[in-house]
Amino acid sequence: MKVFTSTFVAALLLAAGTAHAADPNLGRNLAATCANCHGTNGKAVKGSGIDSLAGESKEKLLQKLADFRSGDKPASIMHQIAKGYTNEQLGLIAEYFAAQK
Amino acid sequence: MFQMKRRDFLKVGAAAGAMASMYGCAVGNKAGGHVVVVGGGFGGATVAKYLRMWSEGAVQVTLIERNPTFISCPISNLVIGGVKDMADITISYENLKNHWGVRVIQDEVTGLDAVKHTIKLAKGGDMSYDRLVLSPGVDFMFDQVPGLNNADAQSKVLHAWKAGPQTVALRQQLEAMKDGGVYAISIPKAPYRCPPGPYERACLVANYLKKHKPKSKVVILDANEDVQSKKPLFTKAWNDLYKGLIEYRNNSEVKDVEVASNTAILEFDKFKADVLNVIPPHQAGSIAAKSGLKLVNNRWVDINWQSMESTNTPGIHVLGDAVFPAPTMPKSGHMANQHGKLAAAAILNLLAGQEINPTPVVMNTCYSFVDEKNVIHVASVHQYDEKTKLVQPVKGAGGVSVARNELEGKVAMAWAKNIWADMLA
Ligand code: HEC
Repeated sequence: MKVFTSTFVAALLLAAGTAHAADPNLGRNLAATCANCHGTNGKAVKGSGIDSLAGESKEKLLQKLADFRSGDKPASIMHQIAKGYTNEQLGLIAEYFAAQK
Repeated sequence: MFQMKRRDFLKVGAAAGAMASMYGCAVGNKAGGHVVVVGGGFGGATVAKYLRMWSEGAVQVTLIERNPTFISCPISNLVIGGVKDMADITISYENLKNHWGVRVIQDEVTGLDAVKHTIKLAKGGDMSYDRLVLSPGVDFMFDQVPGLNNADAQSKVLHAWKAGPQTVALRQQLEAMKDGGVYAISIPKAPYRCPPGPYERACLVANYLKKHKPKSKVVILDANEDVQSKKPLFTKAWNDLYKGLIEYRNNSEVKDVEVASNTAILEFDKFKADVLNVIPPHQAGSIAAKSGLKLVNNRWVDINWQSMESTNTPGIHVLGDAVFPAPTMPKSGHMANQHGKLAAAAILNLLAGQEINPTPVVMNTCYSFVDEKNVIHVASVHQYDEKTKLVQPVKGAGGVSVARNELEGKVAMAWAKNIWADMLA
């Protein structure tokens, strides 16, 4: 499980590293699909009970998303959501949130 | 399964971007333009905010909304169940105005001219647009329930399927109902707004009656063959929490209503209730349904899933419950919010004469309360598919809660706070 997870994260990071989308707004558009719960630009309403994602490092975000997908990180819903996006897409999303101040 | 390669771009003209808007010029290298948004619900408020935010103020946005404040349908079943009040689901448009610079006008749009790019306002005369967004929600087809086809009947037999005065009125009817009374809710054939909503409402009314009027009953008259959403989780809640209190009847379409006796007329049967709550069939809001936009089944607007633009009327984008849904896509506030962002991104590209994103993604979540604390969810992710030209649900993603639970009761309220802020704060 652990081995699988770390290869998986490596794949995610690799995909993210090479994904220079022709459309400069692709990461922004994809990250906006998370904002319903995590707040506009990843800034959740304070005290709402859902974590902000803005300013988190790309590596940490991708590790958590990989752990949701594998089941290593328990979740009520994120395991179901994370499986809906490609590695490249999650890479772009993590990059976008990491860049938010 | 899903390719990120960008090919077969839609070629789009730069004409709209170059058009002079009533607000004048573009700022810097960002294209300007004037976008008019009709309807300030989950779709309309979101597209208005995101157009302003993503264009950094370069695009002028006017939002036309008939109500003075936003009132949320999600969470309104908790008001009907006596757990929350109207203040909890009412939010002002002040931040859209003051923080985001959206011009919010309280008025009614009575018509549009898709060639001249103008709309007609009931109070305010004509207004021109470079791009128009219609997010009008649904209109009820009262002609399908003839006894309800007049204002007096509609004030007695309520739908409460648009949050607002009817939410309060239905709550009052339940409070006035005697112990031992019967509350009946009728569900139209799918597709209708908020697939799990009627079952959630049945639970929350039962939750109230169980505590305060335990001899009463809840009857669900469903026009559909079966429960439309989260069936195993809802039926388990009915058995575990409301045994003998909630009765479910499938294939029970309400064809008419005798208002004087609070009786629902079914095909072969009649059903008399103390509180009768009829949700009539609905269609795209009239400004979308009656302006020449191509419809599907004569009810819902046919749109291009890369831009939310009408398939036969360029320059007009349609969002939310008014559109003919892609496969397995529910008519929900969460989805309307996602439509708003998809449209905002496409409109900014179109105004600037750029290619639009050929591979949009949208996702949905619906949280339903089965009592005041326990919640169940359904979620899905939808990726654009070049073959079918639809956003298709991703296999292996999405799903429902394992069981009803209190943790998601907290998450559901967190979801509400964050989505309300995402559209209005
Ligand atoms: C329907 C609401 C919802 C949506 C939409 C959503 N999330 Fe989440 N997210 C949650 C919840 C709830 C948790 C807590 C874990 C759980 O219960 O699933 C969470 C947790 C997380 C965490 C871990 C936070 C931490 O610090 O431990 C990350 C990372 C995350 N989400 C990323 C995303 C990304 C990326 C998207 C969009 C692709 C997204 N989420 C969309 C509800 C949501």
